[in-house]
Amino acid sequence: MHQECRSESPGDVTCVAAGYVSAVVDLSERHHQRPILPDGLVVIVKQDCETCRMIAPLLAEFAATVYTQDDPTFPEGADPIFDADLAVSWHHSIETVPTLIRVVDGHEVERTVGWLRSDWQRITGVDTLGERLPVMRPGCGSLSVDPNLLDSLRVRFSGGVLRSRRLELADLDDEMEVLFDRGVTDGLPVTPPTEARVLRMLEGTTRAPDDVVAIVAPDLVEVTIEKVAINAVMAGCRPEHLPWVIAALEAVCTDEFNIHGVLATTMPVGPVVICNGPGTRAVGLNSGVNVFGQGNRANHTIGRAVQLVVRNIGGGRPGGVDRAAHGNPGKLSFCFAEDEVGSPFTSLAVSRGFAANVDTVTVFAGEGPRCIVDQLARDPDQLANTIAACLRTAHHPKLVIGYDCLLVLGPEHARVFGEAGWTRERLLAELHDRLQIPGRELVRGAGGMAEGVPEYLVDLTLGKFRPDGLLLVHAGGGAGLFSAMIGGWANGDLGSRPVTRRVVR
Amino acid sequence: MTRVLLDPTNERSVLQRSRVERPASLHGKTIGLLDISKPRGDVFLNRIEQRLTGLGATVLRFKKPTFTKPAPVDLRHEIATRCEMVIEALAD
Repeated sequence: MHQECRSESPGDVTCVAAGYVSAVVDLSERHHQRPILPDGLVVIVKQDCETCRMIAPLLAEFAATVYTQDDPTFPEGADPIFDADLAVSWHHSIETVPTLIRVVDGHEVERTVGWLRSDWQRITGVDTLGERLPVMRPGCGSLSVDPNLLDSLRVRFSGGVLRSRRLELADLDDEMEVLFDRGVTDGLPVTPPTEARVLRMLEGTTRAPDDVVAIVAPDLVEVTIEKVAINAVMAGCRPEHLPWVIAALEAVCTDEFNIHGVLATTMPVGPVVICNGPGTRAVGLNSGVNVFGQGNRANHTIGRAVQLVVRNIGGGRPGGVDRAAHGNPGKLSFCFAEDEVGSPFTSLAVSRGFAANVDTVTVFAGEGPRCIVDQLARDPDQLANTIAACLRTAHHPKLVIGYDCLLVLGPEHARVFGEAGWTRERLLAELHDRLQIPGRELVRGAGGMAEGVPEYLVDLTLGKFRPDGLLLVHAGGGAGLFSAMIGGWANGDLGSRPVTRRVVR
Repeated sequence: MTRVLLDPTNERSVLQRSRVERPASLHGKTIGLLDISKPRGDVFLNRIEQRLTGLGATVLRFKKPTFTKPAPVDLRHEIATRCEMVIEALAD
């Protein structure tokens, strides 16, 4: 059984299970104030550091307040203050011991780390300090940044910034099952969002936890950085993935993208997240082999986190506002990067007005990908003919203008166009030219098919896609004369427009 | 050791609202018909309007700009202030 905990007053959390108060958790240790350093000189040391032991005798030569991290009796004779919970070290960002700080009126004005004789002599004002010691010795890592302690210290000192309701698990609860039972997963197990994991996730952004990212449909609820981080933990993201999740959510939660409609439609579409910029490689996004497939953490977790926020914050759940007749597997997660390094074309982001060195995400309301095969074409006209013929079938060969399409050109297909000197603009223009279709082929009843455009359009020639309704991306493995097409949903003001947003750390 | 997780939801409570009581008669009532702009929704609503008018109701017609987005707040307000009941048409 699990309990729901809500903060009633600073320091206390009341946990309620089945309507009665079962426990009060004292969280007062999480509300540490930043300790103020005394005026004068302050030294932070630990016994388990050779450099600290080396400089310990010098502490008798000047007046200083000494904090010790590990041994309350060290340094002998210096009357040290034991920083037992490491609060002083944490709040004053001590990364190395020894650290010497000069404090005036409660404010730090000078600091040196390790042993650098000239620094210590200048800061202490003792010109002869440590004359017999080496000129320089590096310090040791502060206990407050010890990897084994970091998570628990972060919870202890920064946990108070987290405002979300706490769910306290009983001893026999399986945390995976609790999260399934609460309906907050997408059908797959999620990483339990502990305070330590969420605080670690928040290290991935410079934005404050209570900063509002967007208003998420269909429930139209503000989502904060903290809530995004919680869902990103659940999705399996690393902290460096968080800015990409945030940017994708900013793009998804716009009137142009219209996530409410993308959810509510009976068509099988969801947000397809296309990532551009040098940061895609830094965070390990895949643009190559098996680009839509399994096996890459960044691709899957970024897309999954976006969907979990839509579900858990926006309230968009299958069978609720999500009315898809079939859906598609990409509604668990559909995110990938464009292969810009190997591309003969300008990137999707550049074509949408962003600089090549800027990280962006573009969201497109798309169905699952479908393969375009042409293993024989070696000149661009032949290959364009094949691609156009396949694109015509998006949703229905007789339906035009109403749906956009994302064309993901594989490297071996792209090379054919690149070697012939075709640019992105040329290729798209050639495809649009080949997709001008006589109305007589499209009207209802033509070809023995009831589906089609109204009869009054019979004498017109109609484009399969609106002029900006075909998006081009370069991605996929280096071998294989294939591309992929991803059909869209009702486009433009009536439905959804692709939206691009810059990724900000 | 106590295990604590953070709630990933919006933490909102669902507001329970009771339905308006079913009227004994539609005679003299003002009923809004909201066309969501799906193809052929008007066919369905035209027939409903005939039936309702035959029962003595006053019918007001409204239309969403697009079926893919929720009705604009102004439209919802107008329907709420001018009508006693509303029928929203799904179609295809």
